[in-house]
Amino acid sequence: MVRVDGNGGSQSLIRVRGLNKTYSRGGEKIQVLQGLNLDVDKGDFVAFMGPSGSGKTTLLNLLGGLDVPSAGSITVAGDEITHMSGSKLTQWRARHVGFIFQMYNLIPVLTAYQNVELPLLLTKLSGSERRKHVETALAVVGLADRMHHYPRQLSGGQEQRVTIARAIVSDPTFLLCDEPTGDLDRKSADEIMALIEELVAKYGKTVLMVTHDPVVAARAHTTLHLEKGVLVEGKASSRQSVLAGGAA
Amino acid sequence: MRFRRLIFANLFRKKIRLILTVGSFAIALVLFTFLAVVKSAFNRGIDIAGADRLIVVDRVGLMNLMPISYADKIAAIPGVKAVTHDHWFGGVYQDEKNFFPQFVIDVENHRKVYPEFKVPDEQWNNFVKDRQGAIAGARLAERFHWKVGERIPLKTTLYGGATWEFNLDGIYHTDKPDGDMGQFWLQWKYFDENVPSVIKSTAGWYILKLDSPDDAVRVAKAIDEKFANSSHETKTETESAFAAGFAKQFGNIEFLILTIGGVVFFTLLLVTGNTMAISVRERISELGVLKAIGFTDHSVLFLVLSESLAIAFFGGALGLLLAIASIPWVSSKIVGLLPPLFLSKPVLALGLVFALFVGAASGLLPGIGAMRMRVVNALRRV
Ligand SMILES: Nc1ncnc2c1ncn2[C@@H]1O[C@H](COP(=O)(O)OP(=O)(O)O)[C@@H](O)[C@H]1O
Ligand SMILES: [Mg+2]
Repeated sequence: MVRVDGNGGSQSLIRVRGLNKTYSRGGEKIQVLQGLNLDVDKGDFVAFMGPSGSGKTTLLNLLGGLDVPSAGSITVAGDEITHMSGSKLTQWRARHVGFIFQMYNLIPVLTAYQNVELPLLLTKLSGSERRKHVETALAVVGLADRMHHYPRQLSGGQEQRVTIARAIVSDPTFLLCDEPTGDLDRKSADEIMALIEELVAKYGKTVLMVTHDPVVAARAHTTLHLEKGVLVEGKASSRQSVLAGGAA
Repeated sequence: MRFRRLIFANLFRKKIRLILTVGSFAIALVLFTFLAVVKSAFNRGIDIAGADRLIVVDRVGLMNLMPISYADKIAAIPGVKAVTHDHWFGGVYQDEKNFFPQFVIDVENHRKVYPEFKVPDEQWNNFVKDRQGAIAGARLAERFHWKVGERIPLKTTLYGGATWEFNLDGIYHTDKPDGDMGQFWLQWKYFDENVPSVIKSTAGWYILKLDSPDDAVRVAKAIDEKFANSSHETKTETESAFAAGFAKQFGNIEFLILTIGGVVFFTLLLVTGNTMAISVRERISELGVLKAIGFTDHSVLFLVLSESLAIAFFGGALGLLLAIASIPWVSSKIVGLLPPLFLSKPVLALGLVFALFVGAASGLLPGIGAMRMRVVNALRRV
């Protein structure tokens, strides 16, 4: 169950309460998130939509512990991350979050295999254990035969698959995807979405995804819209129906 | 080390840049080593000076000669073990540019004062018997391919302008690897017989060996007091103080070398600091990704520092190898101009420390920048 009214139970995997984020630019304060609430259960697949500049990336960064909110709390699997120190938060990210960004963000001088192995270098796993995990992750994304290719030798869709393999290799609690298909053609985008759906359906992953593409968003279980700093359910095209949906 | 592959992959990201930076380190290190070696060549006289030897010169100046009678008077002072005297001969062998130091020595006492100069007894005895005899340092003999029995003409400039002929009776060695084996010795008796009368019965300077180095100050004072108010007042100092004063005659070499060295240091620091800054800046987003997936701020600093240290290490090692290969060759080209150049282990170690220090310093600022950089800002740049 996904809720945005702040009334979710304490069993939610991700619980966000009264989240505020204010940027100051040139002395001027920009309120991006204003008392946002969210509850996401394990195994949910949520899409966030909203116009450019509405704060989707900001929200994802806060959920992923990359940035700290101005007010409010985020609790993941019982841990409140909003009170963690910098190094605690870094450790928490390594353990719990898999990131998939729009730009593929692979290290160009490392092979697919080495890129996927990066998160495991931070664990205590031995070389052979790491190898097993990396090969499994690459097999899941269908790139077992491209392991030793460098990013420049891969297509955009393949690069994004490597990013997904890197995100799942350490078996994180949830995945955050910021416009995962934003740079891809329709066919590659469909393949990536099929892969993400499979991660949810077959492997029980929890996925939170930002997209501005309704076709992509339609593949999620739930689509939420970011409007005026809070999340609302239903169609964004009509303010009335959003409010009606929210009230219902 | 788990990040080894990442560090090396980053290192080889831009091959030309890597070659240029490693090359800067190598060249700077060659220069550094040369400066260090030249500096130590000038200081060698000071370093190898005997702590238990004093040098007595005329207070007015080294070129003022003292009566030969001082020898016995100095020897009578308690604490003095042996006294010998020297003259500067200053002859020219074949050509001005063949310069080497020639000392007129006192054969009776020279070996007592300078036990580190070793001559086979047979050669020494021949030398003592031969009025026109001479002894050359091993390096000097090697330089002119002299053999024992060689006849060596020296044209004097100081003592009447004649050409004096000598028979090479022996070769001396020293045990110390950087000891002075470039001197030429001739006998005072022969010298005294042939110089103009004003120079007869004189000594250029006296060298004395002490019973104990602890007596140096007391004995020096006693000597200078003894000859106070005489026609030739003396100035007595330790051999190392004398050598230091002598090195100063070449001008302030030390200052020159430190200045050049400082310029080399800062140039290298700017070049590599700039390179590291550029190389970090162009992968801000990658470093942001590393941080996002859980690399700590310290490991990011560590990555950047390892990279600059690796460049410094390889560049430095390459430079030192070049120096090892080229210094003997350069030294052979400048004989007579400068003291012989030796590349010692401490200089090599110092060179490597110098390189690593510059490497660390140049990686530090970009590394701290990468460490402090916030992930969200790094990712927004994409
Ligand atoms: N570091 C920042 N400093 C100032 N303003 C920022 C910063 N990051 C984002 N913003 C502003 O916050 C708003 C939301 O940005 P963002 O979360 O990137 O939106 P979206 O991803 O929905 O396009 C935008 O107006 C953006 O300019
Ligand atoms: Mg965005």
